[in-house]
Formats: sequence, C-alpha cells, structure tokens
Amino acid sequence: MKRTAFIPTLVLATALAALAACGSDDGDDSADGKTVITWWHNSNNDPGKSYYEQVAKAFESDHPGVDIKIEAMQHEDMLTKLDAAFQSGDTPDVYMERGGGELADHVEAGLTKDLSESSADVISELGGSVAGWQTDGKTYALPFSVGVVGFWYNKDLLAQAGVTAMPTTWDEMDQVVGQLKAAGIEPISVGAGDKWPAAHYWYYFAVRECSHDVLTDAVTSLDFTDECFVRAGEDLEDFVGQDPFNKGFLSTEAQTGPTSASGLLVTGKVAMELQGHWEPGVMQGLTEDKVGLGDKLGWFPFPAVDGGEGDPAAALGGGDAWAVSEGAPDEAVDFVNYLLSDEVQQGFAEKDMGLPTNPAAIGSVSDPALAALLEVRDSAPYVQLYFDTAFGQSVGGAMNDEIALLFAGEASPQDIVDATQEAADAEK
Amino acid sequence: MTVSTDRAAGAAAPSAPAAHPGRRRRSGAPGGALRTALEVLFFVGPALALFLVFVVWPIIRAAQFSLYRWKGFGPLTDFVGLDNYSTVLHNEVFTDAFTHNLFIVVGSVLLQMPLGLAIALLLNRRIRGQGLLRTIVFVPYVLAEVIASVVWLQLLQPEYGVIDSLLSSVGIAGPEQGWLGTPDYALWTVLVVLTWKYLGLAVLLFLAGLQGIPTDVVEAAQIDGASWWQVQRWITIPLLGPTLRVWAFLSMIGSLQLFDMVWVLTGGGPANSTTSMATFLVTEGTKRHNYGIAAAASVILFVVALVFALLYQLLVLRRDTHDRTRLARAGGGA
Repeated sequence: MKRTAFIPTLVLATALAALAACGSDDGDDSADGKTVITWWHNSNNDPGKSYYEQVAKAFESDHPGVDIKIEAMQHEDMLTKLDAAFQSGDTPDVYMERGGGELADHVEAGLTKDLSESSADVISELGGSVAGWQTDGKTYALPFSVGVVGFWYNKDLLAQAGVTAMPTTWDEMDQVVGQLKAAGIEPISVGAGDKWPAAHYWYYFAVRECSHDVLTDAVTSLDFTDECFVRAGEDLEDFVGQDPFNKGFLSTEAQTGPTSASGLLVTGKVAMELQGHWEPGVMQGLTEDKVGLGDKLGWFPFPAVDGGEGDPAAALGGGDAWAVSEGAPDEAVDFVNYLLSDEVQQGFAEKDMGLPTNPAAIGSVSDPALAALLEVRDSAPYVQLYFDTAFGQSVGGAMNDEIALLFAGEASPQDIVDATQEAADAEK
Repeated sequence: MTVSTDRAAGAAAPSAPAAHPGRRRRSGAPGGALRTALEVLFFVGPALALFLVFVVWPIIRAAQFSLYRWKGFGPLTDFVGLDNYSTVLHNEVFTDAFTHNLFIVVGSVLLQMPLGLAIALLLNRRIRGQGLLRTIVFVPYVLAEVIASVVWLQLLQPEYGVIDSLLSSVGIAGPEQGWLGTPDYALWTVLVVLTWKYLGLAVLLFLAGLQGIPTDVVEAAQIDGASWWQVQRWITIPLLGPTLRVWAFLSMIGSLQLFDMVWVLTGGGPANSTTSMATFLVTEGTKRHNYGIAAAASVILFVVALVFALLYQLLVLRRDTHDRTRLARAGGGA
C-alpha cells in the first residue's frame, strides 16, 4: 500500500512545483544568449498594436542579439498586472508611468531606473513636458504622449441652442448653459460615479484660482492652506448649483457604454463634456460605425475665472511615459530612447495614437480636433499634471472622494481642502 | 413515499454508532495506527495543503501587513503598530460601511424570510407547472452576481433605463438622480436587487426542509381538523426551524462579505451611501495603495464575521443540535 502515501506526496509536489513556476518566469537572457527586453503597453488594438510590433522589429534588426517581447494589454488590465508586478518585484523592462506621486513612490522603492544621463539628449529635446516625470531633479521616464483636458462639444446641439461663440469666461459659460437649457438640451455630462471626471472640474478651478508657484509648492510640500483652494471649491459649488449636468450624474460612469458620460455626448443626449484628450477615441469605440461624433465634434479650453490668480492659458493634463525598471538591460534604455525618436513619434502621430511630445512629430497629427488641442497644449505656459496623479493615489483618492461628495451636495469647499490635507498629513 | 422517508429518518440515528465498531476492529490490527495515519493524510492532506496555502497563509499575511504602512511594493519596513486599526475605526466611511452591512444583514433576513417561506409553502403544494415555477424562482441565484448586477445597472439607469421608462409611461417620475444615484434610495435599491438575487436560495433550502417534515404529523393534525393555515403555522414552520436558522446564518455571512453587487451597481457611491466593509478595503488597497489600512480593514471584517458566526452558533444553532439529539432519541424509542 505504498502507493497511497505516494499519491499525496505527488500531489503536493506538483502543487508546489506549479506554485514555484508562477514566480520564476523571468530572466533577461534567453537560452540562445540573446538579450530579452519585456515591453508592456496598452495599445492593444490596431493600428497601434501592429505599429508597435513594427517598431520593435526595426529596433531588433538594428541591434542584433536583442529580442523584444511585447505584451499588449487592455489599459485596466495593464494597471492591475503592473501592481502585481511591483509587488512581486518581477517588473517588465519597459513599461508605462503616469508620473507624479505614483512615480515618486516607485522611485523611492527603487523600482525605476534613473534616465537623466542615459537619455539626456531626448530629455532636452522634449523640454517642459518631462517635468511631471521628474523627482529631485532626476528624470525617471520619458513622456511619449501628453494631452490636456478641455470641453468637448457637439457643434450641432450648440448651434441649435443659438450659441455662436464658445465661452472664454465662466460668466459666458453660465449663459451657454442657460441657452442650452432653454432649448431643452441637457448641457453637460459628467461621470461623477467614477469620481475622477468630477474631480477634473475642481482641479481646473484650482489651476485658474491658484498661481503657478502655489501649485508647484503644494505638489512638493503637500500643503493646501492657500485660500485659492477653497475658492476653487466655491467656484465649483456655484456651478454645480446651476444644475448643468445630465440627470443621474452622481452614478454616471465615465466611459463605459451608451449611458456613460462619453456615451451621452456621442449619442447627442448632452451638448458638452469636460474630458481628456482620449475622448475622441473613447467615443469612436462607443459607436457602431467607429466614427464617434466625427465632424460634429469640437473642443474649447476651460474658461477663465474672474479674479483668479492663475494664468488663464495654463492647462490641466497629463500623459504617459516610458520607464525602464531597475535591473533591466542597458539595451532597454536604448529602446526607450528609440521610442521617442523623431521617426517613431511621427508614425505615432500619423496614426492618431496620442499627442506626441517630440516637437518634430507635432506636424504629423492628422485629426483636426486633436491638432487644435495640441496647439493649446503647446501654447500653455505650463501643463499642470492631474492632481490625483501628482499627489499620489492615497491623497488623490481622498481628494476625489470629497470632490464627488461636493457634487452630491454633501461636502463644502473647505471639506475638500481638509480631507486632502488630512490624507496628505498621513503620508508625511 | 410517506413510509420510506419516515424510515430513512429513523434509520439514520442507530446506523451512526454502528459505524464505530468496524473501524475500531481494523485499527486494532498490527501496524493499524500507521495505516490509519496514512489514510488520514491521504484524504485530508490535499485539502489541508490547499487550505493552508490559500486560506491560512493569506490571513497571516494580512495580519502582518496591517501592522505596517505599505504601498504594495518594496519591503515591509515602516512598522506602525496598531495605527492602521485606529485609522480604520475612526474613519467615517468605514463605520458607515459597517452600518450598511448591518442594514443588509437585517434587511435581507426580514425581506427574504417571509417571502421565501411564502413561496416555498406555495410551491410545496401540488400545482400545475410546479417544476417550471421552481426553476424560475431559482434562476436568479444561478446567475453570476456580476452579470446580474450589470443587468440591473442597465435596468436602473436614470431616464433611459427600462424601470424609469416603465414608471414614466404610467405617469410616475423616477428620482432625478436615478435609483442608484440618490443617496437616500441607493442602499434600498441594492437591498431589493440582492433580495431578487438570493430569494431563490432561500426558497430552495426551505423547499428541501419541507420535504424532510414527516407527513404523519401533518396528517394527524388534519385528522384533528386543523386547517391548511393552522398546519403551516403550528407544524410546518416550527419543524422547518433548523433550516430557517441555517439559512439565516448563510445569508448573514453573505451580507457581511457583500462586495460584487455593490461594486458593479454603485461602486460604493453616491456620496459613500452604499459602501460595504469589503468595498472599503478594496478601495483603500487596490485603488489608493494603502495596503496597510486595507489589511487592517480586512482583519476587522474577519473578526466581525467570526464573532457573528460564533455567537450565532452559540446562541441560535446550538438549539438545533440539542433538538436533533432529542428528535433522534425520540425516533429511536418509537
């Protein structure tokens, strides 16, 4: 009867082997002596997917002995997998960073390579865009697409309401909202159920109310005592009080399905939405014919606030950057530099995969709405990184939560500042 | 039918002790102890290994994480003692979430018990299409919770959703922000959807319990002139007691761990009016990367569920074990 004892041992052994196998799937050198670079990105649809395959092939043929392993994932999946990878320490060699506090945490934990010297040329070419991916004067990732947030609108619906000029101040914005309501059109959709789309309003009001110095200081010192942050909340409270949003906005999702904020805009149920540069792509995905609003789609920047200390041309935005994990082969850095080269960025721009950061590629953007947005981005004195990204997930989450409460009428402008400060103090 | 169930119930009691002598005889043989040990290892080993790896080890790790401030990567170095626990217990969102869990625990039992009982009693009678009706009642339970939630999310959309459209066609306006978007209604809406989803399980268990009730007692009562109502009130429901109590226990534990439904329907919103302890810990952990706080919340959730379970065992379910021995003894005597 020895077999009875043998079987459980076998079962245990296989189970343990399977467990061990889960954790040992790394190694930068494959059997045939090639240097393997693992690359995770979120362009999992064409044309982006095949473009990146082509880019990797081009790099491999210029660098014999290098083998690039691509994993193209859906965005949310990628974030989850990255979290798990950081926990296990088994990170891909080249991956995406959103900058700000999140990157600072990764730097502090020693997960990300300092690119300041190895990519010095690229960094100087990119100029100010890199700021969001720097901590303590060092650069840890190279932004390949940076966009700004603004109002996307349906030209037909605004014309129907008799709006001829897009608002440049909040007084004019209030008028537009009034005109739309009078015409029986829901003015604005906002995905407050997901919180961050609602939070963009507060961020932008803060960008308009606060001087650049105050904002820069707040990002590093996590100090929100300046009065301008409360004023930002008051501006927002006034606007919410006018009831400009779609019915049920408190539970509306950002971009999933036809009843999401983006869905309402693309189906002509609302006239406007405050959203990032990815909006045309999202709306295309939500329509059967994959064209979204097409020619009917327009864009205008966040209006100015009377008496605000911020520059009315400053923009709120953010983007994605390529980072190299600590311990990745040197070739990974070369690859990232190649990804930011004129040639690769031009192809990236031509396929409307995002808003290129390399000045040589800016002329290649073909979509007119994106080109208009690029103009605003490049003429802005500075682009403020989304606060939740800039402050890190912990502070950002607490802040977004409280802003969503203000939309529901359950928090005051002071509450937002207090909740943010409390979460920030817990970080110190 | 009557006779066979009766006998099975009666036979169960004496057959249980009869199993013992057989086993004793075998273990008395030389080398028997080792063999028994091997047998135990063989049957329990794999399950035990899985249990250790996937249940015990994560619990130990969670308890360990809860004592550190940790962002989810890098080594555990920032030891903060019990700070995370005090942060969680002082956090209004968490205490509210706990209240919401209690609301769901009580609400589920109060809604599903009478409804489930009524439906089970109706379906237990001989009616046409009985099988079909049972299936219909049970279908929601078979659906994955996430799928059911997505369906309801679409039904409950403000203005364009089916429910609001139907209501408005009979002249009733749904709430401005929708059923899931109005802080005062959201938790009630979640409770209604949960009831729809889990009523099937209650009915199934109650029906199974009803099958086990000896018909001779019912017949005796009927001969004494008891009406259908009287039979249900004085015989069926009291004899269904153990089933009801076990079901309430399952429902309670499920309500304490409530996550999927809330996550899909509201994500804990609007204005944190539908958070549960589980959504709180997921938000803190995977969304905000405060893994220490999330771990503390998970340990608290574990302790709460454990205390609930133990108290329930001690105060409510103990009666059933006593009842059963008494019943068994009575059965053996007859």
